[in-house]
Amino acid sequence: MNADTLTMTSSPGADAGDASAVVELENVTRVYPGRPPVRALRGVSLRIRRGELIGIVGPSGSGKSTLLNILGTLDRADTGTVRIDGHDVGAMNDRRLSALRAHRIGFVFQQFFLTPGVSALDNVADGLLYTGTPLAGRRRRARATLERVGLGDRTHHRPHELSGGQRQRVAVARALAGAPSLLLADEPTGALDSASGAGVLALLHGLHAGGTTVVVITHDHEVAGSLPRRVDIRDGSIESDRAGRP
Amino acid sequence: MSGPEPAPSRLRPRDVVRVGVTGLRARPARAVLSALGIAVGIAAMVAVVGISASSRAQVDEQLDALGTNLLTVAAGQTIGGEDAALPAGSVDMVARLGPVTAVSAVGEVDASVYRNDEIDATQTNGLAVLAAGTDLLDTVSGVVDNGRWLDDALGAYPAVVLGANAAERMGIDEVDGSVAVWLGGEWFTVAGILDPVPLAPELDSSVLIGWPVAEALLGFDGAPTTIYERSAESQVDAVRAVLPATVNPENPEEVTVSRPSDALAARAATDETLTTLLLALGGVALLVGGIGVANTMVIAVLERRSEIGLRRALGATRAHVRRQFLGESVLLAALGGVGGAVLGGAVTAAFAASRGWPPALPSWVLAGAAGATIVVGALAGAYPAARAARMPPTAALSAV
Ligand SMILES: Nc1ncnc2c1ncn2[C@@H]1O[C@H](COP(=O)(O)OP(=O)(O)OP(=O)(O)O)[C@@H](O)[C@H]1O
Ligand SMILES: [Mg+2]
Repeated sequence: MNADTLTMTSSPGADAGDASAVVELENVTRVYPGRPPVRALRGVSLRIRRGELIGIVGPSGSGKSTLLNILGTLDRADTGTVRIDGHDVGAMNDRRLSALRAHRIGFVFQQFFLTPGVSALDNVADGLLYTGTPLAGRRRRARATLERVGLGDRTHHRPHELSGGQRQRVAVARALAGAPSLLLADEPTGALDSASGAGVLALLHGLHAGGTTVVVITHDHEVAGSLPRRVDIRDGSIESDRAGRP
Repeated sequence: MSGPEPAPSRLRPRDVVRVGVTGLRARPARAVLSALGIAVGIAAMVAVVGISASSRAQVDEQLDALGTNLLTVAAGQTIGGEDAALPAGSVDMVARLGPVTAVSAVGEVDASVYRNDEIDATQTNGLAVLAAGTDLLDTVSGVVDNGRWLDDALGAYPAVVLGANAAERMGIDEVDGSVAVWLGGEWFTVAGILDPVPLAPELDSSVLIGWPVAEALLGFDGAPTTIYERSAESQVDAVRAVLPATVNPENPEEVTVSRPSDALAARAATDETLTTLLLALGGVALLVGGIGVANTMVIAVLERRSEIGLRRALGATRAHVRRQFLGESVLLAALGGVGGAVLGGAVTAAFAASRGWPPALPSWVLAGAAGATIVVGALAGAYPAARAARMPPTAALSAV
């Protein structure tokens, strides 16, 4: 955690808190209304620095996906503050949040969510669709990103012509194409066999080595154990937050 | 390095189209089927307007060729209700009017015509026997289909020229002098058969003989019953005003003057109620097509919840999602609209060709079809698109 040296660098923006933090959560709660209401997050505080690779681990129903949705600004906290890349999410409207997602946040999902019948290249290029980049530029970036995830020779394959592991790598490439400040992955290996899962995990490690901030949700302790930092969550609260593999 | 506020997310207009096309191509059969309703509606409307425009173009073409400056003067009826006659000199008086360029007349002869002399005289066939001036044919723009017209030479002999209907009814198509008809107790040789005369349809069911022979053989008194007159186009109304007093100074109110080209134009106009009805039917088909598109879009939005969630995760605003589905709906309708316009155009062309009409499709029809399609697509897509936009991204993503 060599980023510590930068921790106290001050930042002028009114929004901005700690300049080296990509994510700052303070006492975040999220309650799903219903009978009875589900308190999915009960006061979570978390700081993730630029360039970190962090695993969020917990049993099913512990609130991992809820937390990730809030990190990704897809959902709002009921109380507490959420700062992503220095911006106070609670004060932002739909347009500004969407802009943040388009430019600063990349998502990887367990089910890939690739568009069927569309080539890997165009699936990745769609990662830039809402940045307003013209098609040629999107494809150029997509090709480079596919090469980065080791699929430079699969650009014209459509999802059904790819293995599960390859599909997830395409999804990772789509999330990366916009060079996000924060890559969020919800059980990225959940739908893969162990070999493919290991490949995707290795890719995330490689991205981390290259400086990308990555948050991985998993309930696989083995996966979590291989990550530099691991946050355990249970019943909507953080149970422990420690360095994983030394 | 906590960044400045990122630039707003943006979806380029051409990407709206691209995304829409991709969405439709994912389920091509469904797209085609739901566009079909729109296509039927647009095709019906385009064809209805196209066919009626072609029919009008045909009439216009005909009027162009025939001229609209012909006036017909008929003797009419006396106040007592009897058939009136025009004075014998009335043709000359019309000819003396300044703007008049051509004038001719027919006079009804009190005689009947039969195919031969064995037919019972009480079996009338409704064919009128008319004495015709030599310049009648030119004045009414008539054409001899077969044989020759009653010129000065022929007009003095018992020769007859048959109107198109008259020839058909009597079953005569030979004009080589071998056929004669029994007319007023004399044999008249058939010299010619006319084409239908659009500006003087009464001639079609008449048989025409020369003025001199009518007077010599059949006791014709030489009084015209109908005068045909042409004048300079700009003077038609002025001539029309003075004609009754000119032909019958004593009883001008008995005279009826008509303009046959008006009747032709009116015949084209009477189609308008039918056209309106058919257009309304096309509109109903379009409405039903629009409902089909709306239904397809509602289903699409439900099926594609995870796609919507993904797009929100990729940075789409609610407005972008709404625009995507609205665009897709308009594209779907446009697919039907283009198909329908092509189909309607083809029907128009085929129908016009079968009638020998000049095919006509006013450009406002195509503009109207395009407009209607866009409006229908936008209306059909409005609700599903709003629903898609309202969908919270997390709910959309967890739907699978
Ligand atoms: N939309 C919702 N409405 C109501 N309750 C919800 C909703 N989403 C999640 N929950 C509840 O919130 C709690 C946390 O859910 P969450 O999806 O965050 O768990 P998770 O840790 O991701 O579980 P898993 O490992 O099974 O994915 C669960 O009890 C769940 O039932
Ligand atoms: Mg989950």
